[in-house]
Amino acid sequence: MTQFLSLLLNGLSLGAIYALIALGFVIIFKASEVVSFTHGSLLLLGAYAIARLSEPLGFLLAVLAGLAITALAALVIERFIINRLRGAPVISLAIVTIGVDIILLTELIRRIGPDILNVPHPWGGESVRIGGIGITQNRLIAMIVAGVLIAVFFVAFKYSSWGVAMRASAEDGETAALMGIRQGRVSALAWVVAGVLAGVAALFLVGSPTPGVSSAVYATALRAFPAAILGGLDSTGGALVGGLLIGLAESLAAGYQEQLLFLGRGFGEVVPYVVMIAVLLVRPSGLFGTKELTRV
Amino acid sequence: MSEQTVSRPAGASRAGSATPARSGRAGRSPGTVVKWVLLAALLVFLLVFPLYFDEFWLRTGFAVFGAAIGAIGLNLLVGTTGQLSLAHAFFLAVGAVSYTYISGESGGLGTRASLDGLGLPPIVGMVVGVLLAGLAGLVFSPIAARLRGIYLGVASLGLVFIGVHVINTWTPVTGGFNGRAAPEFSLFGFTFGNSDPQLWVLGVPFREAERLWYLGLVLALAAYVFARNLLRSRPGRALQTLRDSEVAASVMGVNVQAYKARVFLVSSMYAGLSGVLYALSIGSIAPESFTLVVSIQYLAMIVLGGLGSVGGAALGALFVTALPLLFQQYADVLPLVSAPGQGGISAGFAARFLYGAAIILIVLFEPAGLAGIAQRLTQRFRRGRAPARGGVAAPPPEQPGSAPTPSDRPAQGSDTR
Repeated sequence: MTQFLSLLLNGLSLGAIYALIALGFVIIFKASEVVSFTHGSLLLLGAYAIARLSEPLGFLLAVLAGLAITALAALVIERFIINRLRGAPVISLAIVTIGVDIILLTELIRRIGPDILNVPHPWGGESVRIGGIGITQNRLIAMIVAGVLIAVFFVAFKYSSWGVAMRASAEDGETAALMGIRQGRVSALAWVVAGVLAGVAALFLVGSPTPGVSSAVYATALRAFPAAILGGLDSTGGALVGGLLIGLAESLAAGYQEQLLFLGRGFGEVVPYVVMIAVLLVRPSGLFGTKELTRV
Repeated sequence: MSEQTVSRPAGASRAGSATPARSGRAGRSPGTVVKWVLLAALLVFLLVFPLYFDEFWLRTGFAVFGAAIGAIGLNLLVGTTGQLSLAHAFFLAVGAVSYTYISGESGGLGTRASLDGLGLPPIVGMVVGVLLAGLAGLVFSPIAARLRGIYLGVASLGLVFIGVHVINTWTPVTGGFNGRAAPEFSLFGFTFGNSDPQLWVLGVPFREAERLWYLGLVLALAAYVFARNLLRSRPGRALQTLRDSEVAASVMGVNVQAYKARVFLVSSMYAGLSGVLYALSIGSIAPESFTLVVSIQYLAMIVLGGLGSVGGAALGALFVTALPLLFQQYADVLPLVSAPGQGGISAGFAARFLYGAAIILIVLFEPAGLAGIAQRLTQRFRRGRAPARGGVAAPPPEQPGSAPTPSDRPAQGSDTR
């Protein structure tokens, strides 16, 4: 039972990190109709920047710089590539982000090489026990920070003028434009927010129990894609639920690995994709995604 | 090589409008003759290639042929039908693994006694591998047919990860993490190896590389011709309609689900064959040969070549496959590129930078890809030979709307704004 509870808690904390990534993914999709395959390498960029800068700048400044770099990179991609392709088919947009991803990821992998870069989190790798359930401090803090950030995001999304503008342009781009909402600005801001969220996720994703920044972090970040998809690509709430679901599933599958041995070792890493395909079989637009209607 | 998915008459009438005096409909225009001569020359060049080039080039060529088959298959799915799929590596894996399992011997090498294999003739392995890959595509297609556009892209991503996991885990069949050797190909007693029988053609020893070259050439040509004929036929037009608008297609009487399933079947059979050739060209299979990177490479090929263009896919395959090998071979001559661990950019990385950048540039500036560039060049060539009448620089005869330009980007399923 304790094992189950512990897996549950760890799964939720991992899920909170996934939710941050998936949320960025969804915001970008809502604001600019782009499925951003660059998101994984953006996250790796954030992690790399934090790891490299924490030596000269100290941890706190390094984190801020890392977030700024990720946000800036997202902004550059939006301004120089996505913005020029406004109105292009979704597939072309997805493909162009794959192109960006190839370049960014190749450069990062080249720089990181086979090393594992250490990020000196001030909270170290110790575990805390809550009523007999163990969880690393890193994951606990991650859960709290992610919770706060997500709450702030949802409030901003609902009440701030940016949130209203974004929801309006996601609802109906043309009408929103006619009402004086600047689509370019909405989209740029969405990319920046998504970049920051990815940066925060990166900070916690490379902390304990993960050893540090290596190219494997990219594979972890990719598992947020199924989270966004199974929640529904255009649903922010769906991203949250999807993230938690994927985190739980992965944690449980990894925890009960011995019992699941017939599925092979390391099945936990595949479980997000299995869950995604299973959900899509039943609901092709994800759990909370808008169904595509066809009107003739 | 710039054959497009659009039916021929469009191009012919375009050529006709450039030379209005001669009604282009009767007989073949000089442009067509030039094209046939060029194609014949290319074929002759490919046929005599092994007589003049050494093993490195032949091996590269065989890898390109294999990749071209896979790229043509993916292009049918993504370029022609507009279904973004990142699962191509998975179907490649199905083909390659089936081939090695069916034609491989059980027991394997020394310590790897746990390997199973059926030991059937390689041609059986190849055919069954292709069929199994097709079956895998067919099984996935009900899921795929329900998903629209981008959902499919990410869902198919899952297939790749699941595939790699299975290869890692199912050791008796796949060789597990370390992979296993692929059996040599042979056809009715003629092995595609270094000897048995010894073969000399015009004083050139025909060893494994030469023999495989011709195998690849024949298969790639067959794949090319089949895809082109498919696109010009009724199903081909149905698929293009499907890409442009699913609603319109179904109104026209195209069974959307059935056609999606069929195109998945054909595309994954292409992938299966490509996987078999890949196993032959590397000589072994391993999990890391079928990761997401491979899927993305195939996507890069068809985007570079031009979505929807069969010849373009082959060109893209040449570009993406040969580039890293060439960089590796000439690492010491090229600036910036160097052998691993010498400070510069290693060959693999350099190639990836190049095609990553190429994808972005192509989508931004030339959505029709290399095929589009080639077509524009040939048009300019034709116009240059038939000077504009009336003295004034004639406006470009082709308007984007006048003919179903093949460079049309694949539209999303239904745009109902």
